[in-house]
Amino acid sequence: MKAQTKFIIGAAIILVTLVWLGWVGASESKTYYHTVSELSSLRASQLRQRMRVSGYVAKGSIRQINGQTDFTIQEGGKTLPVSYVGSAPLPDTFKGGAQAMVQGRLAPSGQFVAQQVQAKCASKYAASTTPLKSTPTGSMAGPQSPAAAQSY
Amino acid sequence: MDIFGSFALILALITAGYAFISGIVGIKTRNPLAIKSSRRAGLAMFPLMALTAGTLIYGFFTNNFSMAYVAEHSSIHLPAFYKFAALWSGQEGSLLFWSLLLSLWTFAVLFTNRRKHPELMPYVGVVMTGVEFFFLLLNNFAANPFSILGVTSASGAVTIVSQANGHGLNPLLQYPEMVIHPPMLYMGYTGMTVPFAFAMGALLAHYPGEKWIHLTRRWMMLAWLFLTCGILLGMHWAYAVLGWGGYWAWDPVENASLMPWITGTAFLHSVMMQEKRGMMRVWNIWLVFAGFFLSILGTFLTRSGVVSSVHAFAQSSIGGWFVGFMAILIVFCVWAYWRNRGYLKSDNQLDSVVSRESSFLFNNLVLLAAAFAVLWGTLFPVISEAVQGSKVSVGPPFFDRVNVPIALFLIFLTGVGPLLAWRKTSVGSLWRNFAWPMGGGLLAGGVAFAYGFREFYALVCLILGVFVTLTVAGEFYRGARVIASHSGLNFFQSVGRLTMRNTRRYGGYVVHFGIVLIFIGIAGQAFNVRRKVDLGIGSQMKIGPYTLYCQNFDQRNGPNYTAEDATIEVFQHGRPTMMLFPERRYFASSGVIETMVSIHSTLARDLYVVYSGPDPQNNKPVIHAFLNPLVKWIWLGGVVVLLGTLLAMLPSGSGPAPGTPLPATSGAAAEAVPEGDVLERTR
Repeated sequence: MKAQTKFIIGAAIILVTLVWLGWVGASESKTYYHTVSELSSLRASQLRQRMRVSGYVAKGSIRQINGQTDFTIQEGGKTLPVSYVGSAPLPDTFKGGAQAMVQGRLAPSGQFVAQQVQAKCASKYAASTTPLKSTPTGSMAGPQSPAAAQSY
Repeated sequence: MDIFGSFALILALITAGYAFISGIVGIKTRNPLAIKSSRRAGLAMFPLMALTAGTLIYGFFTNNFSMAYVAEHSSIHLPAFYKFAALWSGQEGSLLFWSLLLSLWTFAVLFTNRRKHPELMPYVGVVMTGVEFFFLLLNNFAANPFSILGVTSASGAVTIVSQANGHGLNPLLQYPEMVIHPPMLYMGYTGMTVPFAFAMGALLAHYPGEKWIHLTRRWMMLAWLFLTCGILLGMHWAYAVLGWGGYWAWDPVENASLMPWITGTAFLHSVMMQEKRGMMRVWNIWLVFAGFFLSILGTFLTRSGVVSSVHAFAQSSIGGWFVGFMAILIVFCVWAYWRNRGYLKSDNQLDSVVSRESSFLFNNLVLLAAAFAVLWGTLFPVISEAVQGSKVSVGPPFFDRVNVPIALFLIFLTGVGPLLAWRKTSVGSLWRNFAWPMGGGLLAGGVAFAYGFREFYALVCLILGVFVTLTVAGEFYRGARVIASHSGLNFFQSVGRLTMRNTRRYGGYVVHFGIVLIFIGIAGQAFNVRRKVDLGIGSQMKIGPYTLYCQNFDQRNGPNYTAEDATIEVFQHGRPTMMLFPERRYFASSGVIETMVSIHSTLARDLYVVYSGPDPQNNKPVIHAFLNPLVKWIWLGGVVVLLGTLLAMLPSGSGPAPGTPLPATSGAAAEAVPEGDVLERTR
């Protein structure tokens, strides 16, 4: 057998193995993404999925009970009660009003049991919401930065 | 001041555009004046960018809060050190920083080659100034850092408004490591443009011989070195600052930095094939293209919000610009390849699967598979949404399952590769050199197994790690012994001379050893332990060999924060060992909370303690304790990799140049002969 053929066979074996491993890994960790408001429109089979739900932590809703943290997230007018049961410490960015993403499963009671909670970084690059800033409109006198109105 | 800065920015854009156009004109018309003018314009970009960035930094240091960017990212009481780092803490500033560093690379490349390679350099200049032009377009029109805060009156007149104080820098960035990590990473990303420019230039110019590979290699090593440091610093920051106990989460932003690193690693190895045997030319061109493309893709993923990440960057329209640029890049690369593919034909073929060429081919294959897997996993939500309509993401199990076996196979190749000869290796010679290091590895694995370590992948990692370490030691030993016998120097002096004669090879071996250390450090994860306890004053908790005893917890005030801290005394096997002070900081100006982890790090393990604040039910401090074995090996390995790369970049001493190709002799089986080094053929 030519060396090239042997190499191709070896390469094929490696690639097939990797694809198989990837397949197994993907099905182990496949997580569907939904927003809180979408949850009410999901089919019964979808409600059993491992999922990630994003929303905003309702202010004042964070309570620590018996070693687990309960809170509510809301989005699009709907709310979702969550219990965080994971062992890792909650991120520093997790607090009332923060944008959060919880990962886990929906219990039959309607409570979301989260294994993982991510809260958005007090972002470096996020749009600012300060009321003080107003963007100049129209053309500016003099060589000001041409995109001043598009700063955020 | 902002007027000065934004004007310099416009001027930089015009200069880059001029350099690009005049370079193309110079190439087409072969006009030396146009080429010279283009080069000068390319050089001029850097001083202009330095002025621009300097203006912004000046704004930080003079607390000019009428500048929107300064107001957003700085405050009066921010320590000076961090005012400097605030430059790259936001979208506009970090893009400016990118352009600044790219102009610096361009300056270095054009200046050091100003009297060399006149057929190639114009092309290199055109590519680099073209890329810089794109980023300057972003800087000027999509994310200008020189916006001012102002109010428009009914008549259209603008009054500049200045805030009394700024928002301050995100406290997660107020950490010395976070000051170094972005510059390192950005130097790596922007540095990927250099090999791309050389490769594209050589392809378009049909630049003869492998001279361009020789040129490009050092630039690629430098960019790769920066990227490596940036990634390791980022890992260390995530571990020591974020407080979740780990250092890598397969987050899209992390993956974005890993992918160009992987293709860069493949390229650094694959070029040897092109140098020695004129093979893999197509692989190498595409590896360089991919490395550059992935660095652009990386910054696109990070900034556009197209995949959700813990590093929450806003959904902004800047993504559109990048998509356009990447589309142009793909079209251009495919066109350049297709037009010139004849130039890339291999001189030679694969003679045997048991050869060094074959190991490089497998190396490329497997590294590319890893890069592809990481890309696929990162973009999975985007793809699944396009195909199925719902966003599905895959997590660490996917990445780990694919990349751990790949990493182990790579370590194996690292050990076997140098033992293989070019073209074809005799089984006898392979066995002689392979058996004892592998035996040592299996022995180490057996000892670990006997001690009760049963994790499969961790054991394999140990076996292969010892195997590689022994092959590396063997290489140094064999070579040094020959030199010692000829020159009468003692062993250590011989090792020194051996290394300096072929810095690339022996520096490379040092890097391999560093990588082994890193992988062994990562394998320690298999044995992680974590516990969470409400630890009142006077209570204790046990984790591994340590007992943690809570002496106290209280509050104190820092320069721009208030802190809650716990005082923990640590006992090991009953004897007092040290005190730890984990704390939580609250930053007034931004309302952000930051955890200060307390780590007791030894070679065997890290004791990692986090104070999560008091439990509201019983007011006892909540302590998370982690036992992370072997983490220190990762950082130590990183230092070894750094030193090895620096060594490999040094020019080699006396002896035949490392770039001489092997003569095309008959296909008879050969002993494992290192390239060109006369001394070692005497074995």
